[in-house]
Amino acid sequence: MSELQELYQQVILDHNRKPRNFRQLPSPTQTAEGYNPLCGDRVSVQVQLEGDVIRDLAFQGSGCAISKASASMMTASLKGKTVGEAEEVFDRFHGMLTDDRPSAQLPAALGKLAAFAGVREFPIRIKCATLPWHALHAALAGQAEPVSTE
Amino acid sequence: MHVSHTMPRAPGLAWDVERIRKDFPILQQEVHGKPLVYLDNAATTQKPQPVLDALQAYYTADNANVHRGVHLLSERATEAYEAARRRIQRFLHAADPREIIFVRGATEGINLVAQTYGRRNVRPGDEILITALEHHSNIVPWQMLCEDRGATLRVVPIDDAGDVDLEAYERLLSDRTKLVAVAHVSNALGTVVPVARMIEAAHRRGVPVLVDGAQAVAHIRVDFQALGCDFYVFSGHKTFGPTGIGALYGKTELLDQMPPFHGGGDMIKSVSFEKTVYNDLPYKFEAGTPDIAGAIGLGMALDYLEGLGRDQVAVYEHELLTYGAERLSSFPGLRLIGTARHKVGVLSFVVDGVHAHDVGTILDREGIAVRAGHHCAMPVMARFGVPATTRASLAIYNTREELDALVSGLEKVRDIFG
Repeated sequence: MSELQELYQQVILDHNRKPRNFRQLPSPTQTAEGYNPLCGDRVSVQVQLEGDVIRDLAFQGSGCAISKASASMMTASLKGKTVGEAEEVFDRFHGMLTDDRPSAQLPAALGKLAAFAGVREFPIRIKCATLPWHALHAALAGQAEPVSTE
Repeated sequence: MHVSHTMPRAPGLAWDVERIRKDFPILQQEVHGKPLVYLDNAATTQKPQPVLDALQAYYTADNANVHRGVHLLSERATEAYEAARRRIQRFLHAADPREIIFVRGATEGINLVAQTYGRRNVRPGDEILITALEHHSNIVPWQMLCEDRGATLRVVPIDDAGDVDLEAYERLLSDRTKLVAVAHVSNALGTVVPVARMIEAAHRRGVPVLVDGAQAVAHIRVDFQALGCDFYVFSGHKTFGPTGIGALYGKTELLDQMPPFHGGGDMIKSVSFEKTVYNDLPYKFEAGTPDIAGAIGLGMALDYLEGLGRDQVAVYEHELLTYGAERLSSFPGLRLIGTARHKVGVLSFVVDGVHAHDVGTILDREGIAVRAGHHCAMPVMARFGVPATTRASLAIYNTREELDALVSGLEKVRDIFG
C-alpha cells in the first residue's frame, strides 16, 4: 500500500463522508473548542458526563478529512468509557502518532483507531488527527479557553 | 559587472521557458520520486543562479559593514549596497534613490508607515481605508494603529469575482480618511487592483495612499511615477530575491516629516545624552546593520527580471493563467475562487467534498507544491464562504505541462475521495 493509501484508509474516508455523532448535544456537561490557526480547522467537542462516565459525546466544526474522521472515530470509540479510560486511549493514540519508537502493541490496543497509524508519515498532518482529542482533553479538564495546535 | 544568465531579448521572440528553468537550480529536483512542480510562488519565489552567485560573491569577497569603515572592503560593500538601492529606484521609477528604504519585507514596510506616519497624523475619529482583499499584513498594522489612536478601520467591499467595489470606495473616502492602504495584487485571488484610479480618487481629497505590492513586482510592470502612489512596499523573496529583504518607497516630502521607526546606529548624525540628531533619508529609517547581502541579491533579482523583459513576463504568465483557468474550470466539482477580469497567475480553488489540506497532501505526493489554507487572508475566505482554498500560483518558470500535472494530481484526489 502506498503512503497515501495508508493515510486515506477506507474507514477514514467513510467517517469523513458520514461523520458519526456530528451534532449538538442538548445539554452537555462539558464543552471545548479546538482550533488550528495554520489551516483554520475548527472543532467543538461536547461531552455528557454522568459521574465519571462519558454518557454521550458529539462534535461539530469544519476541517480536513483527517481531523473530521479523527473526531468522528473518537466520539464513536469513547462513548461509555470513564474519563480515566478516555485519557488512556488518548495517550496511546498520541503515542502511536508521535513517539519516536511507538510500541508494536499500540495499534492492536487502539482497535479501529489504529487506522490513523499512517498519519505518522505525514508530519504536518499529525495535528489534524490530534486536534479533536486535545479539545476533548480540554473539555474533560474543564478548560474554558479554546485549545490551539500552535 | 552584472552577470546575467538570460540575456535581454527583443520583444516578439518566443519565451524560452526551458532556458529560464535552467537558471533555477532548485527546480531540477524530484520530490517524493516525482519531478518538482513548484506552484507556490505567491508564498515565495525561487532564486535564479545569478542571485545565488551574488550572495556567494558578496560573502566570499566583499563582506564588511556599510557606511562605516575606511577600509576597502567596507567601501566595496557600501557601494554594492547603494547600487542595489539605485537599482530598485530605476526599476520601479522612484524620483530619487533616497526614497527607497531597505526593510525586511512588505510587512515591515507597512508597519513602519503605520507606526511613524500613522501615529503622527492619525487622530481620534479619523479613518483608515483598506479593502476586503487585503493580506493580514495590510490589515493588522492598521488595526493596531486605529486601536492606539482611537481611529476607525473602514473596509471597501469586493464583489463575487474578487474585484474591488470602486463605487463603494469613492463613497467611503471622506474628510475623516487619513490614509488608504491597498494591495496592488491580491495574494489569495490574483486580482490586479486598479490602484492608479484609486490613488487619483484619494488624491482629489488630499488622502495619501500606500500600495502593498508584495504580489505585484514579480509579475506586472510597476512604475511609481505613473501610479502616483505615496508609499509602496514589496518583498524581495517574492521577487526572485532573498528572504529578509524588501523595500519601502515613500515620497521625499512624506518621509522627511515622519519620525524614525527604530533607533540605533546608522540612523543618526550625532548622539549625546541630551540630544540626538537623526540622519538624512534614507538612513533615518535604517537603524542597525542592514541585510547587505540581501539587498545586493535583491538588486540582482531585479536585473534578472529586467533581462527577461517585464512585458514578456506579464504576457507569458497571462497565457499560462488562461490555460490553467480553462483546464481547472472544466474539472468536475471544482470551483475557482477569484475570477476578476484583470488577474495575475493565481489559481485559488475549492473541490467539492474535499478539504484543501487533503488536496494539498495528495498533490505533494505527486511532486506538486501548492498552498492549502487561508493564505493569511481570513477575511477573503469568509467573504467567499470557504474555510480554506487550494492555491496554485504561477511564475516565469512554470509551464503548461506543470498545469497538466496539476490536473492529473487532482484526478488522483478524485480517485481517492471518490
